[in-house]
Amino acid sequence: MSVIEAPKESFRLSQLIYDTRYRSMTIQVITLALICVGIYWLVDNLLANLDNLGLEPDFGFLSSRAGYDIGQTLIEYDNSMSHGRAALVGIANTLLVAVMGCVTATIIGVLAGVLRLSKNWVISRLMAFYVEGIRNVPLLLWIVLVYAVMSEGMPQPKDFREGGDAVMFFSDSVAITNRGIYIPGPIWGENSGILIAVFIASIIGAFAYRRYAKKLLFDTGRLLPMVWPAIAMAFVPVIVAQFVLGQPVTLSYPELGGFNFKGGIQISNPLVALWIALSLYTGAFIAEIVRAGIMAVSNGQSEAAFALGMQPNRTMSLVVLPQAMRVIIPPLISQFLNLTKNSSLAIAVGYPDVRATLGGITLNQTGRALECMLLLGLFYLALSLIISFVMNLYNNSMKLKER
Amino acid sequence: MDNATAQNPSYVREEMLAQAEPPLGQKGAIKWLRDNLFSSVLNSILTIVSIWFVYYILSHIAPWFLNSIWDAGSLTECREIRDATMPAGTSAACFAVISDRWEQLLFGFYPRSEYWRPVLALVLMVVGIMPVLFQSIDRKWLVASASLPFVLFFLLWGGSVWLPIAIAMGFVLGYAVNKFGTPMLGSIGGALATVIVPLLYWIYVAGPLSGAIHSVLPIGLEFIQSKDFGGFMLSIVIGVAGIVLSLPLGIVLALGRQSDMFIVNKLSTAFIEVIRGVPLIVWLFTASLLLNYFLPPGTNFDLMLRVIIMVTLFSAAYIAEVVRGGLAALPSGQYEGANSLGLDYWQSMRLIILPQALKISIPGIVNTFIGLFKDTTLVVFIGLLDPIGLTNSIRSSTDWNGIYWELYVFIGLMFFIFCFSMGRYSLYLERKLQREHR
Repeated sequence: MSVIEAPKESFRLSQLIYDTRYRSMTIQVITLALICVGIYWLVDNLLANLDNLGLEPDFGFLSSRAGYDIGQTLIEYDNSMSHGRAALVGIANTLLVAVMGCVTATIIGVLAGVLRLSKNWVISRLMAFYVEGIRNVPLLLWIVLVYAVMSEGMPQPKDFREGGDAVMFFSDSVAITNRGIYIPGPIWGENSGILIAVFIASIIGAFAYRRYAKKLLFDTGRLLPMVWPAIAMAFVPVIVAQFVLGQPVTLSYPELGGFNFKGGIQISNPLVALWIALSLYTGAFIAEIVRAGIMAVSNGQSEAAFALGMQPNRTMSLVVLPQAMRVIIPPLISQFLNLTKNSSLAIAVGYPDVRATLGGITLNQTGRALECMLLLGLFYLALSLIISFVMNLYNNSMKLKER
Repeated sequence: MDNATAQNPSYVREEMLAQAEPPLGQKGAIKWLRDNLFSSVLNSILTIVSIWFVYYILSHIAPWFLNSIWDAGSLTECREIRDATMPAGTSAACFAVISDRWEQLLFGFYPRSEYWRPVLALVLMVVGIMPVLFQSIDRKWLVASASLPFVLFFLLWGGSVWLPIAIAMGFVLGYAVNKFGTPMLGSIGGALATVIVPLLYWIYVAGPLSGAIHSVLPIGLEFIQSKDFGGFMLSIVIGVAGIVLSLPLGIVLALGRQSDMFIVNKLSTAFIEVIRGVPLIVWLFTASLLLNYFLPPGTNFDLMLRVIIMVTLFSAAYIAEVVRGGLAALPSGQYEGANSLGLDYWQSMRLIILPQALKISIPGIVNTFIGLFKDTTLVVFIGLLDPIGLTNSIRSSTDWNGIYWELYVFIGLMFFIFCFSMGRYSLYLERKLQREHR
């Protein structure tokens, strides 16, 4: 049998296109070259434009005096501090509304999603109405609408005087006015550090107890009561400590003085409007995600659980929900991200978030549009990446362990 | 006891009994109520609470709606009519603001004599996308749909008719070069020529050519500037342009992110993550404040065009993620099957992979489109007059100072109709393309 000689390898230029071994390389080199040319063009234009304007990229403005006041400051700030500090105040405000929104949106969404699957005709229709109605109207409209309800529809502080027609809720501790919502605020007295330490320790204790009870259940089959002891362990010690230490933490109640309420905590209208609108809006999306997740668990799973003699609520918590969670968590992460990014709509109601401080007043005062927008974009990008990284870690720990 | 039973105690009924009615509690409305509303204590509480809730809301809103006043010139006139005709303390909506200002809410500051143009454009658009939306229509109408962007551009902005025709000719030119040039130049030369010839044509020939023809044969409509666009017309123009442009870009980005080629893959990933990581509002500010920095000194192009570009890039990144999900969901056997048939990359994508992947991702894609359409309201912050921006300008007139709810209800309803019907269409498409037998 004669051996056919392999044709001699000689490189021809057309191989760069027709030979799959080289073609992907060719395409990548061309793409890279085009991108480089494009970036060069943009940067070149940028430098030429900046040169014309007599500007050069400089972040020194961050340490110069800001000179403007911010309506809501979670960290210490006054107008003699720097622009960088003002940006930090804005970041804190953004994070505040994002966290508040994520918590309430999850609660609303889970409730609405589960109730929409309810056999109760009225409640499932009501939830369908809520979800479809909210989802199909722009978030911006909800924000301005809630803001208008808060500032136009709520009573003025003077209506709370004797003879006025407005009343406070929860035995005179909460007042909803057109300037914001006033709630009681804690006053941290002496020894309140001990109280906080006791509280943290008892929460850790409660989780340790749950863990122990679960381990006992899986190892020996003995079922300890889990819910009530855990709640008691978390809250009883701190209440006892509060009285033993002579009430270190007291509440200050909002009281009407002059034209406005004093004392307690004021939650300003922009924050309330943004918070409620973001929660309702994202809650509608989360409701759909939860519904889809529960429906994705096949009927056979719960039927099998019933066949094993499990109670309906244990079937839900031990069989259906753990499987539904795997479907729910990834889109839930992206909803949290969306909520965080949507919090930049604060601009509609004048809530002082990072867009309003760094990307608003600072930008206008210093004229450093390029630097401000760059920092703003980087902040949101970093926040998104961190949230998705953390949630992906959680997701990986929940994922089905396949072999 | 009679004889027969005494002798034979077993008893067999000889004729069938007539079918009995079910007990009263087991049929009809009562059974339905019991099963659906009051099956347990918790359910009964939920039912009662939600009925009370609905009643509470309706009792506040219904009179306001039913008493609404449609014919008045200002908010004060509305209140006078209400106080004159209704008992004191009645709430009444003043929808007169809608009948007074609906043109503005729909068209912005588009000249009144030219309203027929956006209306005709909308009708043409609805007719034109029918062949795309419903497969039962003859495929040859797709050619008419393809010419639609130029017709719509001409109708909305006006100017010389020859400019859109000259631009459209570039595509015809490209097609002709591809068809006749490929046999002469070979496939690579043909492909290159198909890209380069139209580009050169657009850059150097199209403008002067249309100008020259226009000076000989001036046919055209009054030119309308972008800043006169407003209201729902603006939302629809930005939304539709964004939707049409972002789908192909999104698919390309998704393919790039799934690609084995290192550089293409990393570039697509970086692009998608950067765009998605930053809120649209920041991108819009970038478009309005910064884009000029990145263009040759002295260029200044239309704000609306910049917004359309930004919105397109933004939703393309989201669509890319949705399509990537669809691509990843396909079993690898499909990819291997396409390879074993000897199809090259684009053939296998076009014929095997994308039809299935896009089918899976339809709900996500339509949701992205709905999101894009809703997000068009954000352009108010960079000075374009979308419906929400117009509410501010309506409120700033002395006639309608202090009117909120009626405008918001109207705008919300319009958006609801658009978005809800898009959502329903996606459900229809999903059902129609369902190939699994259950």
